[in-house]
Amino acid sequence: MSQNVLADSRARFAALVNPTSVVFLALAAVILVGWALVAVDGGQFLTMETVVGVQQRSAALGIVAVGQTLAILAGSLDLSVAYLISLASLVAAVTMAGQDSNIVLAVGAVMGVSALVGLVNGLMISKLRVHAFIATLGVSLIIKGILGDLYDGPAGRVPESFQHLGYDRLGPVPVSALLWAAVALVAWFLLRRTKYGYRVYAVGGDVEVARLSGIRTDRVIIITHVLCSLCAGIAGLLLASRLGAGAPTVGTDGGYDLESIAAVVLGGAALAGGRGGVAGTVGGVLLLAVLDSVFNQLEVNSFFKDVVRGVVIVVAVAVYARRTGLVGRRRT
Amino acid sequence: MKRALPILAVLAVLLAAIAIVNPFFLEPAGFLSFVRRAAPLVILAAGQYLVIVAGEFDLSVGSLVTVEVVVAARLIDGDEAATWAVLALLIVLGLFVGLVNGAVTTLLRVPSFITTLGMMLVLSGAVFLWTGGAPRGALSQAFRMFGRQTGWAVLILVVVAVAVVLLMRANFGRTLIAIGDNERAAALSGVRVTRVRIIAFALSGVSAAVAGILLGGFAGVSAQVGQGLEFQAITAVVLGGVVLGGGRGTVIAAMAGAFTLEALFTLLNLYGVSGALKFTVQGVVLIAAVAAGAIRLPFLDAPKLKGDAHAVS
Repeated sequence: MSQNVLADSRARFAALVNPTSVVFLALAAVILVGWALVAVDGGQFLTMETVVGVQQRSAALGIVAVGQTLAILAGSLDLSVAYLISLASLVAAVTMAGQDSNIVLAVGAVMGVSALVGLVNGLMISKLRVHAFIATLGVSLIIKGILGDLYDGPAGRVPESFQHLGYDRLGPVPVSALLWAAVALVAWFLLRRTKYGYRVYAVGGDVEVARLSGIRTDRVIIITHVLCSLCAGIAGLLLASRLGAGAPTVGTDGGYDLESIAAVVLGGAALAGGRGGVAGTVGGVLLLAVLDSVFNQLEVNSFFKDVVRGVVIVVAVAVYARRTGLVGRRRT
Repeated sequence: MKRALPILAVLAVLLAAIAIVNPFFLEPAGFLSFVRRAAPLVILAAGQYLVIVAGEFDLSVGSLVTVEVVVAARLIDGDEAATWAVLALLIVLGLFVGLVNGAVTTLLRVPSFITTLGMMLVLSGAVFLWTGGAPRGALSQAFRMFGRQTGWAVLILVVVAVAVVLLMRANFGRTLIAIGDNERAAALSGVRVTRVRIIAFALSGVSAAVAGILLGGFAGVSAQVGQGLEFQAITAVVLGGVVLGGGRGTVIAAMAGAFTLEALFTLLNLYGVSGALKFTVQGVVLIAAVAAGAIRLPFLDAPKLKGDAHAVS
């Protein structure tokens, strides 16, 4: 029984190759078209500035989206990440209070708070059987209320040494992008090289089948939500280091909740769970960032950007739906 | 009706609590002004119910409300004569947006969460692209009458409520619930699943148009008028005991859920709970209500509740 699940998961691994390569092909196409358009416009697209800019812009969303990938693969989703990011930035900046000596303590506090929020999400979804949408929406409302009650605006101060995280770069690669890469690698390793990863795909594919195969599905869901929240916490740390302070609106201004879900789905993951991967998500985030960068260079109206982004997301998912539909038909 | 009982009990308790603090609430004028305030959310909840009970989501209603109000202000621009034509156009616009949502979800097989999320981005981007970043123009007096005058708002609410209850008792309602419960079984019994789903989305769009018309009159023109309404409507529906993933719950309970949410806000205001903390209370109530509903019948509910809403879509 368990072998069947594993074999099934492997089959899904094979199937996911398609959307992942699609998203990277689309990324290459957008870069080419963007380069051409900007060149016609009389500008330079592939400059150091844009390459660094794309990485800088996508790092925070990328880290959140990696966590969101885990949640979505397990058949869940997390709407609380945006407010958790704000909370994390505030916890970090207030704990640091401008002192270098407090950095370790602050990072620890952020990780602790994030893990706790993830634990609460996971427990509600698995033990209380509250639908993930409602549970995480409820938690985000709770955090929103607490933040609004305690803070009117930016608070705390991040010491200069911590700001290196947000602004330094090694050659063309910002430190923040390295952090994103590290988070993505850890998630990739967990998903592809550990039992936990196989269980995530199994749970996302079919909870009941996974449970009957002897997987402790509750535990998988709880761990997944803790990891997802930890990613949001790391993104909060990154944003705090960039702002130099914590801000109660930094997570929602970035729209990290819905945007991260969109990036994951753009990367070819099935919203119902069980299909997708970290590589696709990275491609999805980069695609959004490159689109943004092209529009910025062409000085396109920001509202037009929203329209295009909405259309791109829906069209991409429609293309994937067609593709998996064909595969499914062939199989039966 | 039996499923609507718990939420009606909660609503009664909340209304009684409000009445104790504020006796004016018991007079017709006081109560009706509460109903008027709740009307947009109740109408949105009715529309959202149709979509949710069929196993889908509609996240685009919040930005659709904003679009309706902003479009109305720009087109009317204070011209009384234009009111009725614009009202008709707004309803058609809501219907059209809903039809697109429905068609993309069913025919292109995009999960409704993504379809309506994309629609949300497209709508809010497009409308401000058109008006140049900020709302422009002004609503006419005749337009604002619907949301401002208690009689009109309550009348519209009653008409919508009666219509949707009758709709759910007709064949359409039964097939809609059947689809949400088990799409395949419904299809095999001869239900035109695609068509029924598209109609549900179209009606949700129309409900957003009506809510937008009321809110435009009540709250005036702003870029934030519809912000977060999609989540409030979903919260209201779920408070009413309607299960995400479809197939269960009544529209009366969904609308009672919207009244309950509004009563909760009123009560928190009366007790002087700070503006921000009311979200915390809302979150706790939402989770508690759903968890309580899920625990009641663990054996019967288990497989359905664990199945994900997206899986159905």
